[in-house]
Amino acid sequence: MKALVSVKRAVDYNVRIQVKPDGSGVVTDGVKHSMNPFDEIAMEEAVRLKEKGVVTEIVAVTIGGAKNEETLRTALAFGATRAIHVKEEGEVQPLTAARALAAVFKKEGAQLLLCGKQAIDDDANQTGQMTAALLDAPQATFASKVEIADGKATVTREVDAGLETLEVDLPAVITTDLRLNEPRYLKLPDIMKAKRVQIEGTSFADLGVEAAAAIKVTKTAPPPSRSKGVMVKTVDELAAMLKEKGLV
Amino acid sequence: MSIERDVMEYDVVVVGAGPSGLAAAIRLKQKAAEAGRELAVCLVEKGSEVGAHILSGAVFEPRALNELFPDWKAQGAPLKSAVVGDEMHLLRSPQSAFKFPNWMVPKTMHNDGNYVISLGRLCRWLGEQADALGVEIYPGFAAQEVLIDDTGVVRGVQVGDMGVDREGQPKSDFTPGIELRAKYTLFAEGCRGHLGKRLIQQYQLDDEADPQHYGIGIKEVWEIPAEKHQEGLVVHGAGWPLNDANPGGWFLYHGENQQVYVGLIVDLSYENPWLSPFDEFQRLKHHPVLAAHLEGGKRLSYGARAISKGGFNSLPKMVFPGGALIGCDLGTMNFSKIKGSHTALKCGMLAGEAYADALFKGAEGGDALQAYPEAFKASWLWDELYRSRNFGPAIHKFGAVIGGAINFIDQNIFNGKAPWTLHDRTPDHSTLKPASASPRIDYPKPDGKLSFDKLSSVFLSSTNHEEEQPVHLKLADPSIPISRNLPMYGEPAQRYCPAGVYEVVGEGSEQRFQINAQNCVHCKTCDIKDPAQNITWVAPEGGGGPNYAGM
Repeated sequence: MKALVSVKRAVDYNVRIQVKPDGSGVVTDGVKHSMNPFDEIAMEEAVRLKEKGVVTEIVAVTIGGAKNEETLRTALAFGATRAIHVKEEGEVQPLTAARALAAVFKKEGAQLLLCGKQAIDDDANQTGQMTAALLDAPQATFASKVEIADGKATVTREVDAGLETLEVDLPAVITTDLRLNEPRYLKLPDIMKAKRVQIEGTSFADLGVEAAAAIKVTKTAPPPSRSKGVMVKTVDELAAMLKEKGLV
Repeated sequence: MSIERDVMEYDVVVVGAGPSGLAAAIRLKQKAAEAGRELAVCLVEKGSEVGAHILSGAVFEPRALNELFPDWKAQGAPLKSAVVGDEMHLLRSPQSAFKFPNWMVPKTMHNDGNYVISLGRLCRWLGEQADALGVEIYPGFAAQEVLIDDTGVVRGVQVGDMGVDREGQPKSDFTPGIELRAKYTLFAEGCRGHLGKRLIQQYQLDDEADPQHYGIGIKEVWEIPAEKHQEGLVVHGAGWPLNDANPGGWFLYHGENQQVYVGLIVDLSYENPWLSPFDEFQRLKHHPVLAAHLEGGKRLSYGARAISKGGFNSLPKMVFPGGALIGCDLGTMNFSKIKGSHTALKCGMLAGEAYADALFKGAEGGDALQAYPEAFKASWLWDELYRSRNFGPAIHKFGAVIGGAINFIDQNIFNGKAPWTLHDRTPDHSTLKPASASPRIDYPKPDGKLSFDKLSSVFLSSTNHEEEQPVHLKLADPSIPISRNLPMYGEPAQRYCPAGVYEVVGEGSEQRFQINAQNCVHCKTCDIKDPAQNITWVAPEGGGGPNYAGM
């Protein structure tokens, strides 16, 4: 069975995000980027499925500029069999990404699309769902446990009330949540080998994908800074203060 | 526990992707390409990416880069802000200052033809060049141990294990570090490299040198209003809040993108154990000379790093069987110019050339290659370091005013070739006076506009360490902080650490020494300044530490 894993290059989770002075976006220049952590979890799950013999081929795919190649190298070091780079220097909105992923998925004849539930840069949480819709395939989102057998995936997902278990027919889209697994440490020899793998390039034109312009960002602003805390000495004082502010 | 480790073999392994390590790797590959030969070169870097642990002022002298990449401009090297003005101030009190006329400034402090840069950005660019030349660069992997064989020859390094818990036991995701073996290993860890320190001891490389001297540099990047910004302006100063017993100096550079790089370097030979370099820096920014630039601005990032500033007189021997020290691991900074980037680059280049030539001649490795120190001694780098050999000792011995006058005569009249050589033979960890004999310093509370507290500062360094791992700051004797350092010096680690790693908590007999290792910004100050020399900095899990963006 062939699994497709989508991996996005995002500003690293350790980086303190700074908004550009003109409010047109956040600073990404000279800032550390890495694979979206939720996509790392998807990648790890695919590798575990391959180690179990369920998945035979893992194809990692990314959409974006030349630097996205690094993200594919990371996926290859994890254990992806092949890597596809959909080259696009411009902005990629979730719907565009979904169209491209659906096109690659069909072309590859994959049975499973694994992707992070959302990317930590825009937190859109849309691409996996949209891709499923475009493929007319079932989706199981926010997976915390995945089992695959007999052409079906049994997926435990985290919902507000607790855990919900779904059974979906393959081909399907599964988006991965934080508690699904803990991605492994990459080994230096694997990183070295990954550097030598040929990456397959493609484009929106090759895939017949039209870029969407469904979203327009009008302004980016930092969250308001927290006002200073007040130290109270007694419980009475605390209660009085809460009352005064209308909080109790 | 015996662990099976993978082994990878190279011609040369370089430890550390700073200017010297990158320059050495680049020169090795450039020479190989010129000669039509193959050289396998590997570079490991403990930061999560190239540049993540790089911190410098920086005013950059392009001399060495001109030699390494004569077409750096066309290749897009991030040298954007040519220096347009040089100012030097002596702060005399919290309010007053004296601005030196240009003719009174030692020649080495003039910056015509130099650039205000982010060294982190330059290293990222150098990393791209090295990668394009075929250097195998592995960021996120820390060299943990030197591999020394039974005959005392360095054979490479062992990369740190990943997935070890606090007690040193393997976790479920344990991944053993591999051995990187090489004919020659070049150590380019920067100031007070933890492997370099051990190599200097093991091979007694410093037995004929003066002790190395250090400073701690604390730096912030600010974004200031456009109307105040003068790209390329360079401002230096000394005096208040420091003094001759506790010397240092500050910088304030206007870089690109409306940014200002401001910092303070405190010499680690300071005497007063109550001194806190972090708090000195915070109050310094309130001086009108600095505040005029910063007011109305916003602090973007924060970091700190020790510098080796002993210079010529403190240079240890450069080579040992199987390898060499390069850059600040060796101590090539030129203190009279307060610049070490061009010297580190040049040093790395000289090493790269010497080792490439030896390998082309069929060297098997493992020897203490003399061609590198010989090339070093024949280069402009040696000449430059020789000329500034008296600069630091003069200030330490005679103070800023008389020492400064001596330096003026030495640099501007004798051109650095004065018929005397001054030495400074007291190591920096032996300079503290007892706490009881030293005036306590009352630092003002931070105002949240120009000055800040330590924790919110460390937050801006984007420092992160995997929490479940052994503490990477090792105490040889865990009782010393409370039993000796506390009564004698008020445990100065609480104050010299710029990241709040060390705390004395509890009262009376309950007092204990707490190490918050996850805050560590890898500056190495504790390893240097601890009066008992009881703290050893070792590399934590690869990828940990600060994530500086444009430092």
